[in-house]
Amino acid sequence: MFAAAAIAILAAMAAALARALMGPTVFDRILAVNSFGTLSVLLISVYGFLTGRPEFLDIALVYTLISFIAAIAVTKFVKGNDENKAGDSEWR
Amino acid sequence: MAVTALTMAHLRNLFGVVMLSGVFSLQAAALYVALDAVDVAFTEAAVGAGISTLLMLSALAITSSMEKSRKGVSKGPLALAVLTGVLLIYATFDMPVYGDPNAPIHQHVALHYIKNSGQEIGIPNIVTSVLASYRGYDTLGEVTVIFTAAAGVLAVIGRNRRSRGKDKKNGEKSMKFKSVLRVTSKLLIPPILLFALYVQFHGDYGPGGGFQAGVIFASAMILYALIFGVGNARQAIPAWVTRSGIALGVLLYAGVGIASMLMGGSFLNYSVLASEPTLGQLIGINLIELGVGVTVASAMVTIYYNFAAKAPEEWTPEEEEESEGDL
Amino acid sequence: MEMISQIAGWVLLLLGSAFILIGAVGVIRLPDVFARMHGAGIIDTLGAGLILAGLMTQAGFTLIMVKLAFIFIFLIFTNPTATHALARAALNAGVKPLTNFKKTGEDKPSKS
Repeated sequence: MFAAAAIAILAAMAAALARALMGPTVFDRILAVNSFGTLSVLLISVYGFLTGRPEFLDIALVYTLISFIAAIAVTKFVKGNDENKAGDSEWR
Repeated sequence: MAVTALTMAHLRNLFGVVMLSGVFSLQAAALYVALDAVDVAFTEAAVGAGISTLLMLSALAITSSMEKSRKGVSKGPLALAVLTGVLLIYATFDMPVYGDPNAPIHQHVALHYIKNSGQEIGIPNIVTSVLASYRGYDTLGEVTVIFTAAAGVLAVIGRNRRSRGKDKKNGEKSMKFKSVLRVTSKLLIPPILLFALYVQFHGDYGPGGGFQAGVIFASAMILYALIFGVGNARQAIPAWVTRSGIALGVLLYAGVGIASMLMGGSFLNYSVLASEPTLGQLIGINLIELGVGVTVASAMVTIYYNFAAKAPEEWTPEEEEESEGDL
Repeated sequence: MEMISQIAGWVLLLLGSAFILIGAVGVIRLPDVFARMHGAGIIDTLGAGLILAGLMTQAGFTLIMVKLAFIFIFLIFTNPTATHALARAALNAGVKPLTNFKKTGEDKPSKS
């Protein structure tokens, strides 16, 4: 049962990563990274139960708070003026 | 992880690169969890995906956000990087199989730690006992490195004397537009600070310790500074407090070492600090973890204050004409 | 009693996994940034909540359940706020929501 949940979470993490890599605007990437953070919190919790070691929950708790702060920070600092229009992600 | 790293090299938008580096750190933390290294995973998640992203973002706010384009691929550095990678992979062939009990790393000192940490030190978390007591001298070096980093930032960017008056006005003005964020942060910052204290003092029994606690504490302060403005944050925790905090933590750490010398043992030998050795170890470990936490928190907050004070005023919809920077 | 908690755990975990997969499909396939926020919201709140509830039934009345409840409470507080801040920042930066899906076809991001 935990293994099924872990596999589903891993698949969703791959999907979020794909969106982070290909999202055309920077906000897609921020969104995907935020979801990736939440999914990794879930994965650590499920993994803790899977291996019978629930001490990992401290890490999950910390990471919930930290990913929130990082997401807020990015939205503060992303500038919307001339040279950084939101839709630029040119590959070299 | 390789895919993330390659994409980071390709992207030109630096904000995307910063977010992806956060993802990379998170993947590394998940890897450490899978390898059963809980303390390391804790520190990696808090530092790599949290504070590093925050500090790099605040640095990005000062510079431009797109990398300068380069004509073609520069062959020299690429060849050097590939050569180094190949050499490193070749070197790993010589290493013992992962998890082999006869590997050198599992003999000698590690066995001694695992066997004797219970009687000699008496706290359940062997990682903390190795970090803080058996290898306390190395941890003193780490704390000094953090102190040096903060001192370097202070020396290069310097103190911001002129903006002290403007900060309060700017802080109040930008608070009108963010009612959701303000309320939520006011609800969340006290639990985050409590959790930082819990991690600090729980390091003896579970994953945690000074570094992680300092990072979480600094994140709470940075959250406050983000939402309520650096001016208000400077009033809550003034710059002189953080500047002294950096030095105070290192002083506390080295002071414990000197105190143990004065009481008859060698430098950083906590057993002489109290009547029985395990109690002395407990006191010593808690004190130096406190020193580590204070230094780490103060250093991160100082670096953030210095970066954010130089950033141009953030763009809010109704205030387009007031775009003068802070300097 | 043991059976009930096992069955409840199974059901909640499977439901949570299903919603996480649905949300992941949404994040990939939906055509616009603002639409993808809906998909991400499904993952963050509904999927996470069900999975954590499933884990809580497995843990019993111990400290672990309290910690899981704390994770859930923090998730409920932080994820919608982060999505709100993100949507506000996206609007301020000039990303326009996609309003005429039939004309512009699918999977075309909206530029300002």
